[in-house]
Amino acid sequence: MSQTVFEKSIRSRPVYGLLQPRAGTAHLCVADGEGAGAICDLFAKAGAEAPAMLARTHIIYMPSSANGTDDFASLEALGAAQCHRSPSFWAAEPRLKKVLADAHMGLQVYLAGTETLIGLAQRDVMEAGLPHDAVQTEHRGSLARRVQCVHCKGITENVTTDPFICSHCGLNLFVRDHYSRRLAAFQGVNIDAEEPGNVPPAVERFK
Amino acid sequence: MGFEFNNETFRNDFTFKNSERAIKRFPFPFDRDDYMYSVNMEPHVPGRPGSVFEHAFDVDEHYLAEMRDRDLVLKEDPLRCQSLPHMELAGWDLLELIMESKARDYPHWFELHKTGNRWTWINRPMQIEQTFTFLDPSTLPYGPMEYITRQTQGDFTLQDQRDESLWIEAGMVTTQADWSLDFDIGMSFHEWHAPVPLAHEKGVFDRALKFLLKLQHGAPVRRFNWTHTVDPLLDTSPENYPKWGPTRTEITMENLGQRMHLRVELQTLWRLPRSNAIAFPIRCYLIKYDELVTVPKWARRMHRVVRDIHPDLAAYKGFLRNRDLMTAWLAQYDDGAPTSPGWWPED
Repeated sequence: MSQTVFEKSIRSRPVYGLLQPRAGTAHLCVADGEGAGAICDLFAKAGAEAPAMLARTHIIYMPSSANGTDDFASLEALGAAQCHRSPSFWAAEPRLKKVLADAHMGLQVYLAGTETLIGLAQRDVMEAGLPHDAVQTEHRGSLARRVQCVHCKGITENVTTDPFICSHCGLNLFVRDHYSRRLAAFQGVNIDAEEPGNVPPAVERFK
Repeated sequence: MGFEFNNETFRNDFTFKNSERAIKRFPFPFDRDDYMYSVNMEPHVPGRPGSVFEHAFDVDEHYLAEMRDRDLVLKEDPLRCQSLPHMELAGWDLLELIMESKARDYPHWFELHKTGNRWTWINRPMQIEQTFTFLDPSTLPYGPMEYITRQTQGDFTLQDQRDESLWIEAGMVTTQADWSLDFDIGMSFHEWHAPVPLAHEKGVFDRALKFLLKLQHGAPVRRFNWTHTVDPLLDTSPENYPKWGPTRTEITMENLGQRMHLRVELQTLWRLPRSNAIAFPIRCYLIKYDELVTVPKWARRMHRVVRDIHPDLAAYKGFLRNRDLMTAWLAQYDDGAPTSPGWWPED
């Protein structure tokens, strides 16, 4: 079970676990913000195996785009073969895609941090040909959501309130739990379509 | 066939209507006076002559108008037709299924001539004659799924089968009951059905999936689904919800008979021979309440279904706002007499 407590939800909503060390020819860790803690816990669980595992580990890390948390120092201290800090997921993505393209059989993938980071990285892993359940995920940190407006198709990052205003078309959207792994996004639907202007107050649902 | 294709619209002035013949053959979906979800599947075998079950793919008086409407939707939003790259073979399977079925069932309208892989398709109502090479997409103006579904009523999705699930990975979706292909494409069976209330808890989707994974080529099945739509709007997409949503607030006792429509989906499921994918045609039939109540049995039963339906279902289907008004309007046509089992109008 995840450390984060999630509300009961529908079956398209992703679920997350706890990272566990697995035997592999190489290890790729992608994390943001508080996800650094999950990576440190992963190697603590590996115990005596940790040094050998770290010698074949590549860590890609970025601060949380939701709240700015930056725990890179704790990851650097692990002493992995490669440990890279990017300013954002989009800056890290070309590197991630290269690592996945160069990967051999036996690569273990560990994703930790916000739902947005896990979703985006998992999409790249899937596109590289690994099945989506061949990676482990662990949620830590912000629950801010990446939401696609079903009307204009624009994606608004780090949505914390429901409803919110689409950053592209300006419609008032309510946030569904319906989630697309292909888009790595939840769905936003116009809340006042039937009665324009009748918008309930925004509530902070995704801290 | 004893009818002509209607010149009618599904937008703006909404001139759509059903002839007397179309009303009598309307696929009324309720076989009893109440409704709850179930795995209501039965073999898709030829049914009564003249009914919508007579042929594999029903062609009715709305054919040309629906194809014109589809073209308008696609011009506005090309994302309504998408196919992930590995689904092209399933598209060819679907093209073959539809062309062979229509040429067999409606030989005065459709012809298919094959010389090896060199095929000639004639669609007389749409004035199309196309010679192409089967399995060579460069010989058609569109991909195979888009080509044939621009000439066939109903929405279509294609499901790949792997990892003990079905994956919705291609579709032509322009007459949908408020779901987005663009958002759902790539999802597994349980994921794309996730927003449906009550049915998961009843095990409906687990049973349906188990059944469909074993679906055999040559043994298609069918089921009904239904909802309500204000005005005969085929394109009730979430994409355009801000455009059509306000019409739900415009219903009155005076205009309800003309503007409220029962919307029935005749859904069929076909195992495809080369790709092992499943084709899922979702054929939409609309009937305005004024037309529906000309059949006394349907009027009585519609009243009882709307009056007694679980509010979560009415909300999900989008008519909770108007449910009391609909019940009051329909009550005028329900004298309390018993109704016969089954959905046929005269039985």
